[in-house]
Amino acid sequence: MTQSLKRILLGDWGLVVLFIVAMLVVSLLVPNFMTQRNMLGLLQSVVTIGIVACTMMFCLASRDFDLSVGSIVAFTGMVAVMASNATGSILLGLLAALACGTFVGFLNGTVIAKLKINALITTLATMQIVRGLALISSDGRAVGINDPGFYQLALSRFLGVPTPIWVMAVAFAIFGFLLNRTVFGRNTLAIGGNPEASRLAGVNVDWMRIWIFTLQGLVCAVAGILLASRITSGQPNAAIGLELAVISACVLGGVSLAGGRAAMTGVIVGVLIIGVAENVMNLLNIQAFYQYVVRGVILLIAVLLDNLRSRALGRRG
Amino acid sequence: MQAFLEFRDISKAYPGVKALQSVSFAVPKGSVHGLIGENGAGKSTLIRILSGDAAANTGEIRIGGEVQHYASTRDAYHAGVAVVHQELQLVPELTVAENLRLGRFPASGGVINFRHMFDDVGAKLRDIGIETDPREKVARLSIGERQMIEIAKAVMIDARVIALDEPTSSLSSRESEILFKLIERLKAEGKIILYISHRLDEIFRLCDGCTVLRDGKLAAHHESLKEVSRDQLVAEMVGREIADIWGWRPRDLGEPRLVVDHLAGERLKHPASFAARSGEIVGFFGLVGAGRSELMRLIYGADPARQGKVSIDGEETPLGDPRKSIRNGIVLCPEDRKFDGIVQGRSVAENITISSSRHYSPGGLLNFRKEAETAENFIKSMRIRTPSRRQDIVNLSGGNQQKVILARWLSEPDVKVLIVDEPTRGIDVGAKAEIYETLYQLAEKGLAIVVVSSELPEVMGISDRVIVMCEGHIRAEFTRADFSERKLLAAALPDRKVEPAARVVQ
Repeated sequence: MTQSLKRILLGDWGLVVLFIVAMLVVSLLVPNFMTQRNMLGLLQSVVTIGIVACTMMFCLASRDFDLSVGSIVAFTGMVAVMASNATGSILLGLLAALACGTFVGFLNGTVIAKLKINALITTLATMQIVRGLALISSDGRAVGINDPGFYQLALSRFLGVPTPIWVMAVAFAIFGFLLNRTVFGRNTLAIGGNPEASRLAGVNVDWMRIWIFTLQGLVCAVAGILLASRITSGQPNAAIGLELAVISACVLGGVSLAGGRAAMTGVIVGVLIIGVAENVMNLLNIQAFYQYVVRGVILLIAVLLDNLRSRALGRRG
Repeated sequence: MQAFLEFRDISKAYPGVKALQSVSFAVPKGSVHGLIGENGAGKSTLIRILSGDAAANTGEIRIGGEVQHYASTRDAYHAGVAVVHQELQLVPELTVAENLRLGRFPASGGVINFRHMFDDVGAKLRDIGIETDPREKVARLSIGERQMIEIAKAVMIDARVIALDEPTSSLSSRESEILFKLIERLKAEGKIILYISHRLDEIFRLCDGCTVLRDGKLAAHHESLKEVSRDQLVAEMVGREIADIWGWRPRDLGEPRLVVDHLAGERLKHPASFAARSGEIVGFFGLVGAGRSELMRLIYGADPARQGKVSIDGEETPLGDPRKSIRNGIVLCPEDRKFDGIVQGRSVAENITISSSRHYSPGGLLNFRKEAETAENFIKSMRIRTPSRRQDIVNLSGGNQQKVILARWLSEPDVKVLIVDEPTRGIDVGAKAEIYETLYQLAEKGLAIVVVSSELPEVMGISDRVIVMCEGHIRAEFTRADFSERKLLAAALPDRKVEPAARVVQ
């Protein structure tokens, strides 16, 4: 009995099984949890984390790191709002935001790949630079949206489900496909497994890293636009600490910080776990301060589980 | 014979593998005992159990008659067991003395007495024949010197049982000699040395007795090696007779395929030139640090070149980019499989197809069926021993990992020049013969093959021509008819006065 339980928990699907069990328990114990309204709210609340986690997964899987995501999300949100206000065209605003996000990502990637500067340091720097730009451009204040059409990005629904959730679902599908079915995904994991061996095997490591960071910037811009639309303004202080939440979600989902191991399903579950934990605490009226503690504990448990799993797989000499 | 170290009925199973099955043997005090077997035969597992790194499922270890119950490497260490692994465990940024005294610094009130430490360690090192400065950072030492420091560590904790896992694989002949003297001395002091090596000449030279493992079982145990022949040991290791492991056969040589013209770079200052013909196997011999691997890395583009040209079939190829080299038909199986060869954590199939999958991945979309087919074909044709193509490559033995790297390049449709750096380092006899056979078949197909090897018998056994390097220069060249161990070795030694090591001249 305990043996088979152990096998399930430490197997490939251990996290998914745990998650389903937790969902069942929570839906039985917590009133109003399993309602359509609450479920949609829960998903809405993890849209930013979920979208950014897609590319963060690639970053971590290739043994890199990106701390600048929160800043890019805030900055591109600002750009979207301010450019829309200035030009009177939402489309131009969105394009400007996407271009800015992509550019910052490209810059990150180029500095890391070509100038060989550690990703942690590089993105720590751009995190501050970009946050600074967001504050400078708005003089530190929130910028309201002139055209109410902008709200529709977050408010509109398709088949009863808000657009941002669809965007997140599509991102999951695209990046899941990219990871599992393409040379790009394969090479990402190879670089994470052993960068030097990958280079000598003919993988264009520099090019790959630049692309991964560029995609990360683009995806952050998408998240930034949706966030600005939802909070109906460009906020220079938005998404502070997002990078840690996103990395937590990835690690929860079994992405190895040492690189070489990642799965989209894992990351999705990781994102949902963070969402559910927060949602349940809200429903139970637990003070927000406790949420930090709970998040940290969940992360520790997940890492512990992962550690046990690698040990159960066994090392052979 | 009075047994001092005893293994009794040791068994160990990992998921899907019986690594050891009821292994029992004993070793007397004051002796050097060989432990040999093909890779995957269970030697490493046995050593891990001895060192407390893994627990046996059944059986016990006795040292001096006492049953050892240790739960960790720390317990084993206190029981007087020291293991020197193939992968060294030194802290590169610390000095030699700090590494040797790590955890046992001579300190008063937490303040380290450096002078005392350096003097003390220096004296002890000189005492055992190692001239390295104890103030030197380990990062600045050669691999061979590091190996010696690691062995010194085992000596300095005054271990009763010292296991050496392939200690000479990265040592020069001179360093090996120092090691052999040290081993003789430890033996005279009554220690037990467990000596694990693929080099049978070393086993015969050093060991009193020898144990052969095969497929996790005890294949043979010799208390004395006096009546035992090399062929017998090989037969016991592989369970079959191998008449001539080189199996060289004459080939027709064609036009020059690879021409290297005055190539030099950061780590190979002196320009090197040579050519290899279609169908030819050119061996590169030299001591560790002679510049052979550096030259190969320049040819392949792993390191940027400062000057010179490389041409294939008369056409100059771009330098400094492995991707372009692969596309032009030059491939390299690197010296250090672990760091430059295999992609850890990924499957055998992915490791085989990492480069060639681009040929059947239109628009970057993977073709799983083709990938599986390619992997399965090579697993079969090269006899790669793995439970499945999905197996993580780190779980394969060294020989099988090497076959995977070879398969990676054989799956490329248009390879013209194959460079193999140390093709059989740390690889068992059976797999060696298979790798040589693969090389011959490729040469027969018209490839130019360059083999770098530090094993004199190997480089003489398989090459059509041998180029000898010494201290960054191409020193001499021999055709097969002129091969002799003395001549090759004399060309490789920087100092003519140094006597050739016994292990290469039998």
